[in-house]
Amino acid sequence: MSVLLEIKNLSVSFRTAQGEVEAVRDVSFSLSPGEVLAIVGESGCGKSVLCRSIMKLLPGNGWIRGGTILADGTDITHYTQRDMERLRGRLFSMVFQDPLTALNPTITIGAQIAEAVRVHQPKAKKAAVRRRVLELMDLVGIPGGEERYGRYPHEFSGGMRQRSVMAIALASGPRILFADEPTTALDVTIQAQILDLLRDVQARLGAAAILVTHDLGVVARAADRVAVMYAGKIVEYGTVEDIFYDPRHPYTWGLLRSLPAWAEDGQPLYTIPGMPPSLIDPPKGDAFACRNEYALAIDYQEAPPMFRISDTHYAATWLLDARAPKIQGGWSHA
Amino acid sequence: MPEILLDIQHLTHDFRLGRKRTVRAVDDVSFQMQKGEIFGLVGESGSGKSTVAKCVMSILSPSAGKIRYLGVNICDPGQFRSHRKLLQTSRQMIFQDSTSSLNPRMTVAAIISEPLEIHHIRPPRGSLREEAAFQLKCVGLDPGCLDRRPPELSGGQRQRVAIARALSMSPELLVADEPIASLDVSIQAQIINLFRHLQREHGFTFLFIAHDLAVVRYLCDRVGVMLGGKLVEEAPSGELFANPLHPYTQALLSAIPVPDPCRERARTPVIFDSAQFDREGVLTEVLPGHRVLRKGAAS
Repeated sequence: MSVLLEIKNLSVSFRTAQGEVEAVRDVSFSLSPGEVLAIVGESGCGKSVLCRSIMKLLPGNGWIRGGTILADGTDITHYTQRDMERLRGRLFSMVFQDPLTALNPTITIGAQIAEAVRVHQPKAKKAAVRRRVLELMDLVGIPGGEERYGRYPHEFSGGMRQRSVMAIALASGPRILFADEPTTALDVTIQAQILDLLRDVQARLGAAAILVTHDLGVVARAADRVAVMYAGKIVEYGTVEDIFYDPRHPYTWGLLRSLPAWAEDGQPLYTIPGMPPSLIDPPKGDAFACRNEYALAIDYQEAPPMFRISDTHYAATWLLDARAPKIQGGWSHA
Repeated sequence: MPEILLDIQHLTHDFRLGRKRTVRAVDDVSFQMQKGEIFGLVGESGSGKSTVAKCVMSILSPSAGKIRYLGVNICDPGQFRSHRKLLQTSRQMIFQDSTSSLNPRMTVAAIISEPLEIHHIRPPRGSLREEAAFQLKCVGLDPGCLDRRPPELSGGQRQRVAIARALSMSPELLVADEPIASLDVSIQAQIINLFRHLQREHGFTFLFIAHDLAVVRYLCDRVGVMLGGKLVEEAPSGELFANPLHPYTQALLSAIPVPDPCRERARTPVIFDSAQFDREGVLTEVLPGHRVLRKGAAS
């Protein structure tokens, strides 16, 4: 099986007092074993909801409105919580943003990892569980496992805590690892180490990973492929080289241009004008049209389809239509 | 010689943890801020940069050391009392999290005009409401927001309201503690531009605390690097990024992510082992304006 996870035309909505919020709209992508897919976008663009809907961890007022989720060849779109419990852990597992809230402060790190091991191997002997915990601690680079087994989360540094959270996520040998902003709560000096660890572990175990982030530096370091999301839709999709060296969607241009790392001295930073639209009543046509300086008349009428640029690279913008004017200098850097 | 607005000498702050234990959050920090400059303070979490900001704003009173603001020693209660009005109106602060720093039950107009009411200042533009509308316009918000309440606004808009509130006092010194950390990338760029624009317009002195070094490099004139409560290096921004001298600064700069896959993957960050951090030593001027924590006297 070459495709581990396939999402087709997935739509997810939330029922709220103001009306139905269409958080994810018609999203399709696939994930192969051993690759890292980064989902990038601003807060509220639906990237976390997308992950949660795949794992069926949506809050009570959210539901899957349409589309299919194929995991390892099986359609899990209509799986009940009970069915999912068998899949979670074995197939997917999640690393959360803030390690301090993900860990229980009153239980030792060793016991928390052991709990995850025992849930998936209920018949394992005490000594075997302990051996497995130490193995996991070694895998995620926590030195001195024997000594740290009995320590509490508050005795660990931020980086070590995030490593522990990763050990818990890996306890069941998942085939897909979801990482929701895994480095946002960490200091810059630790960030690269944790991302390298994620890649290293994922390559060693042959697992795939979905990395949700808004930081393009994180994407550049850890991802193989990138999906850029805007207002609930994937607007551009390609390998990390495609996205950074040859972006085609005006929103991707905007994201890249607004980074302070590329700012020239004395020049104001580039900003994308306006604000993301409300998803309660998404605008007709392209949701990005009113913030897009290259918007065409058709953008306000009809949402663009996914245009194929190469076998790996797709973007949803009318600018790629054969009839559209050619844009110069949307994005370039040395 | 440019005028010195803020002069911090040997600032130390201890937090008490129970009866016997204390934690030294800020340890013998000295630096000066000139009038009209943007000074960036960077460091990892727990390095004491927020504590410095709170001492500067008299939210915390330091355990030792002196802070002189326009020549007034703000740590001395007597001097503070006799210059209270000056100190309370001309220093303003912007906090990281606009959700908790703005009262959700007040309207935007009331939030912005509250400092004027507290200090019994006659609004320069007629009514309080007109003043609030003017300040909103300065930070790029529509006067239609005046009657809305913070929960109805987005994160970027709320942070703009917080900036408008601080600017309504036309401060000499503005302290911002991680003002953009909780915002999205595209909104961050908008707020950074706003800061630059406002600073040029009003000419206030700006203490900017951040952990995003790319932003600091872009915005600040001078940068101080903190580690474990100590100021380990201080230099003009260009100089610091081109020629970092302290090993911790080198590690910190090597950790800045580059949004370019090839270069980013080739980059190996220098790892600084905090166990080998030598707390001894004094800040020594090695090059004009460039000071580093070094042992012994300058050679």
